[in-house]
Amino acid sequence: MGDEKNIAAEVLKILETVTDPEVPVLSIIDLGIVRKVETADQQAVKIIITPTYTGCPAMDVIRTSIRLALIEHGITDFEIKTVLSPAWSTDWMTDSGKQKLKVYGIAPPNLKQQVCTPGVFQEEEAIQCPHCNSYNTQLISRFGSTPCKALYKCNECKEPFDYFKCH
Amino acid sequence: MNSPVNISTSQPINQSTNQLINYTLHLADNTLILAQQNGAWCGHGPVLEQDIAITNISLDLLGQARNFYQYAAELINQSTNQPVTQLTKQLATEDTLAYLRDNREFKNCLLVEQDNGDWGKTILRQFFFSNYQYLLYEKMQYSNDEQLAAIAGKALKEVTYHLRWSSEWVIRLGDGTVESHEHIDTAVNELWPYTDELFINADYETELLHTNIATDVTALKKPWQEKTAAIFTEATLPFPGNVFMKKGGKHGIHTERLGYILAEMQFLQRAYPNSIW
Repeated sequence: MGDEKNIAAEVLKILETVTDPEVPVLSIIDLGIVRKVETADQQAVKIIITPTYTGCPAMDVIRTSIRLALIEHGITDFEIKTVLSPAWSTDWMTDSGKQKLKVYGIAPPNLKQQVCTPGVFQEEEAIQCPHCNSYNTQLISRFGSTPCKALYKCNECKEPFDYFKCH
Repeated sequence: MNSPVNISTSQPINQSTNQLINYTLHLADNTLILAQQNGAWCGHGPVLEQDIAITNISLDLLGQARNFYQYAAELINQSTNQPVTQLTKQLATEDTLAYLRDNREFKNCLLVEQDNGDWGKTILRQFFFSNYQYLLYEKMQYSNDEQLAAIAGKALKEVTYHLRWSSEWVIRLGDGTVESHEHIDTAVNELWPYTDELFINADYETELLHTNIATDVTALKKPWQEKTAAIFTEATLPFPGNVFMKKGGKHGIHTERLGYILAEMQFLQRAYPNSIW
């Protein structure tokens, strides 16, 4: 029993070194992509992951990165399983992940999801500029450089920035 | 490398006996064809942000298509005598289903294969489809088929963004300038005849209704029309009257346009079989 727990902890530690190829400061643990690590006596370690966005091309890279990281650490008997339900949410991102995002220059997702209905021309939620901390910002496009981001501009420091949109 | 799957050649290739496979392929084809069409805007959008928006939507749809094709491939490989395509005797994969089936085997609705036209037509096609897809996935996330429910539940969040974005653009163009109004008005006349098909159950849908696997699309027509009417009112666009409605795509009878889409999309795999990146 103790051994199994140790293996799970070890695997989690290794997974912490696997980062999102698009946002290299975030580990897949920070992102909440790893849902579970299952270990059972005499059985392959099972790593259950979930994609952030349906079409996110980073998932293929992430799967390969997990495989390489585990093999590098001598763990060869494992299985990576992708599940879609329950659907990933930005709520699963860790606080330290959000902090890392901000330092990296990407506004982290707001705590509470505000805009998630199809209603048109809704008032946009206030997003804090990751550079100067002003809330005087404006949405440029709801779609950004990757599926998980929207494009904003700060009216104070005039810098454009990415916002990791609530999902 | 892969062991051949037993393909019964006596069965019509467009008609698997397993209706869940047909249904999943229909859902996959809808999203793949629209993704492929929207993708053609890459580098051609009216402004950079909107170029990025339409290609983001394309990527979301492609992701949905991959999920559906992967599931369909799994179902096909589990069954012993399901025809995949006459060309491939290999195990079904998401790629063989996308690249190696012919025109008549595709079960997408006619709407998604209509040409991109101008920005107005692309926007309106997206609005019609997103409006439908939002209502569909809202129901499908409670399907008795766990995998279909999971795919829908996951994609619904993204489709919400698509519907908002395309609704706003329909209003912007309709209630914009004389010229923008003219463009989207023309698009309404061109695309409207392809909307009714969305709300007619194909046989594979009908057969999966009593088990609560498929969503009854006839029930989506009224909320779809209400939403469309509301957006059209704001966009100062007249709600179209009764016109002849076209159908057939869901059963593999397509407009000429699909052949061209497939020719471009499938060329590489047809010319250089099994080539990879």
